[in-house]
Formats: sequence, C-alpha cells, structure tokens
Amino acid sequence: MEHYLMNLTLKVWRQKNNQAKGKLETYQVKDISSEMSFLEMFDVLNEQLIVEGKEPIAFDHDCREGICGMCSMYINGQAHGPWQQNTTCQLHMRAFKDGDTIVVEPWRSGAFPVVKDLVVDRSSFDRIIQAGGFISVNTGNAVDANAMPIDKKDADNAFMAAACIGCGACVATCKNGSAMLFVGAKVSQLALLPQGAPERESRVLNMVAQMDKEGFGNCTNTYACEAECPKGISVANIARLNSEFLLAGLSTEEK
Amino acid sequence: MTWRHFFTSSIGKKFTMAFTGLFLITFLIVHASINACIFLNDGGATFNAFAHFMSHNWIVRFLELGLFGGLIVHIIQGLLLWKQNGSSRPVAYHVNQPSKNSKWYSRSMGILGTLLLLFLIMHLNHFYIGTKIALYSGDQPHNLYIEMQELFSSNLIVGLYIAGVIALFWHLYHGFQSALQTLGIHHKRYTPIIKMAGTGYAVIICTLFALMPLAFYFHWIS
Repeated sequence: MEHYLMNLTLKVWRQKNNQAKGKLETYQVKDISSEMSFLEMFDVLNEQLIVEGKEPIAFDHDCREGICGMCSMYINGQAHGPWQQNTTCQLHMRAFKDGDTIVVEPWRSGAFPVVKDLVVDRSSFDRIIQAGGFISVNTGNAVDANAMPIDKKDADNAFMAAACIGCGACVATCKNGSAMLFVGAKVSQLALLPQGAPERESRVLNMVAQMDKEGFGNCTNTYACEAECPKGISVANIARLNSEFLLAGLSTEEK
Repeated sequence: MTWRHFFTSSIGKKFTMAFTGLFLITFLIVHASINACIFLNDGGATFNAFAHFMSHNWIVRFLELGLFGGLIVHIIQGLLLWKQNGSSRPVAYHVNQPSKNSKWYSRSMGILGTLLLLFLIMHLNHFYIGTKIALYSGDQPHNLYIEMQELFSSNLIVGLYIAGVIALFWHLYHGFQSALQTLGIHHKRYTPIIKMAGTGYAVIICTLFALMPLAFYFHWIS
C-alpha cells in the first residue's frame, strides 16, 4: 500500500474531571504518516500540546496490539473507528485521507463515567466479573488439562466467547447502553465447559443482577454490538445468556 | 431468585416483552384470517357470521381479557424499557453513525410501537367500542361489513390504515426474530429459518391487512 502524509483536523472531547462539563476542542496535526496507528497520531498531537505548554489529552492504552481492551475511542461515530473487528490501537491512519476531520469522543454510558478527556471508568465490568465470572478451584497442583474430555465444538465456542477483551465497545455502541454481549460472552465461556458447571446457575443470576445494578440498559436485539465488537463476539452469546438465565431463574427454589 | 426479582431483572423484562409479543403475533393470525373472509365477496355474510361468533361466544370473550392483558403489559413494559434505555446514556454522542452497524427498524421499536398504539386507539374507536356498547346495552348489533365499507370510502381513513399497517410491518419484521432470540433460541441451522418465517409472517399478515381498506376503497369487493 502506498505511503502518504496527511494533514488532519481533530475534534477531541476534553473534560477536566468527572464533575466538570466537557466540550469538543479542535486541533490541527500535520504530516501524519499513513503507516502510523491512530494512537501514535495521538502521541504526535500530545507532544505538540506539551511543546505549546498545554495539557496533553488523556486516553487509555496499554498493549497497543489489540488484546488488552484498554483503548476506547469513539471515532467519527463508531466504536474503535471505521474498520471492522479492530481496536483503536490497531486502526491505522491509512483509514483516513488528507484534509479529513476526525471527531473523537469517549465511550458514552452512565455505567462508564468519564474520568478525564477520553478515559472512562470501566470498573463496572470488573464488578460483574467479581459477581460470578470465575470458577472456584482447590489450591494445590494444577490439574492435568487433558484429564477432562470436552467436545471440540463446545471448546471452540467457549474459546470464541473467551476472545472478549472487555473493552466496552458493545456498551458504547448499543443504543440502549446494554452490556449483554459482554456478560453473554463471560457467562458462555464458562457455561460451555465442564469446569463451569458447579456454579453455572448462581453465576448467571449473580452476574445479571450486578449488570442491572450498574445501570446498563436492556438489549433490544439490534445486533450493533456484534457489528462493532473488535473480537467479533457473536450475539449467539446473548441468546445463551437469556436461556441460561431463564433455566436458572425458573429452577431456583426461592418463592 | 424470587419471582419479583426474575420479572424485574433486565432479562426478565425482555422475556415479558417476548412472550406478550409472540402472544399478540398469534392473535394477529386469527384477526387477519377472520377479516380475510371479506374477500369471499359474499356481501359480508361469512365475515359477519364470524364477527357475531367472536362477540357472542363466552370462551372468546374470556380469551379477549387475556388479549387485552397481554397488550397492556406489552405496551407498559415497552414504554418503561424505552425510558430506562434512554437514560442509560446521560450524555449523547456528538457524532454517531448507528446506520453503520444496525438496521433502522431494529432501533425504532419504541417509536413504531407508539405509532401502533395511536393507530390502535383509532382502530378500537372505529370497530370495537361501538360494537361492545351495542352488545351490552342490547341494541341492534353493528353490521361491521357495512361499517367498513363506509369508513374505507374516506381518503384520510384509508391513508391512516395503510400507515398503521406499514408501522406494523416493520414492528413485526424485527419483533418476530427478536422475540425468539430473547427466549434464547439462536442456532446456526434454525436462526435463518426463523428469520425467513418472520419475514413471511410479516409480509402475509400486513398484505392481508393493507388489502382490506384498499379493497373497499377501490370497490374490488361490493
């Protein structure tokens, strides 16, 4: 692919802290390489802001190789930008052309309060995992991984659900701000495997209860989450979450 | 998990919407089938016989209570979910491109449902309330066929009914497969069949309903 340089206008959400009122600020960047990643372009902008004596833009990032789930920018009206099954850090500037205006906002959700600029607090996801997204095992020597036979199909489906990096693009994209793709993936990856069986019912009930408590919206099956998910998590996981919840909810002995 | 917790949870509310939705879907089959009797072109004899049966049989009257119950629950729960979902994002995006990742009708169930509610108020006023007043006050029963003929000679009424059917089509087109996904049915083999069945259902039901005012308006039936 041909290499080129571009000048861009950026409109970036600036917000001092959680309480402050934010607004979009306009910046110009010059000679951006088409081979840069989107975050490298932000590094260039921040260097420029530091030289000008201004506050650099706060944004989340860690691995920059598409697996940690930290980067979380809503770029030109799409979570993680215009490319499919791709994180912001893996979005490259060749997705844009010279003279483009790019609007960058944080994830918008009541359950993801803005910490600063483009950084949001996603600890609501951590609390959902703490409510049941685990298996309890005895301490001691690790169990032989191959001792328990697992159907290849189930193993594959569990693995595909486990590809979720918990970035929150599903919530950011969903018109209802629903977290059901995330919770569906986290319930599925354990419900499909024998290791997850002992806590199967309490897991789904507790995780859904925590999800509701955090104030996420309710799924209306628009499937926008699946379309924008950087890992291509299927909405089949939401159906599984629903049926797991239905069976667990109806078989409970509480009145 | 108590019953209250079950039905007030996010997924429990979805189940309520899906169950009542599927119930209303089965009702529409009965409604469209009976109304389609007007196409027999027998001056409304068969249609009016069915209408008489539906308004006098006590089993039907009892089932009607369930129908109104289901409808009211579907409407109220739907409006509450619409409100709650709207408030889950207190600050809106300045730039958002939902058309890149989802279909407009799947995002518009609340507004389509509201249009259907407005349509339903008009529709019940035309064909339900009057007949029930006549039934319980012992007046002469209404001839619904004649009433349809009179109403559907008006441009405005025919236009409003066609608009109602269009809103119904998009509501059903998304609602049918969405209800089954909510009940946990998602399968590589069966989901495409469910989607086709949903499309076929929406097309057939809505075509039948749309043809009713048009048939009277253009005098296809006498």
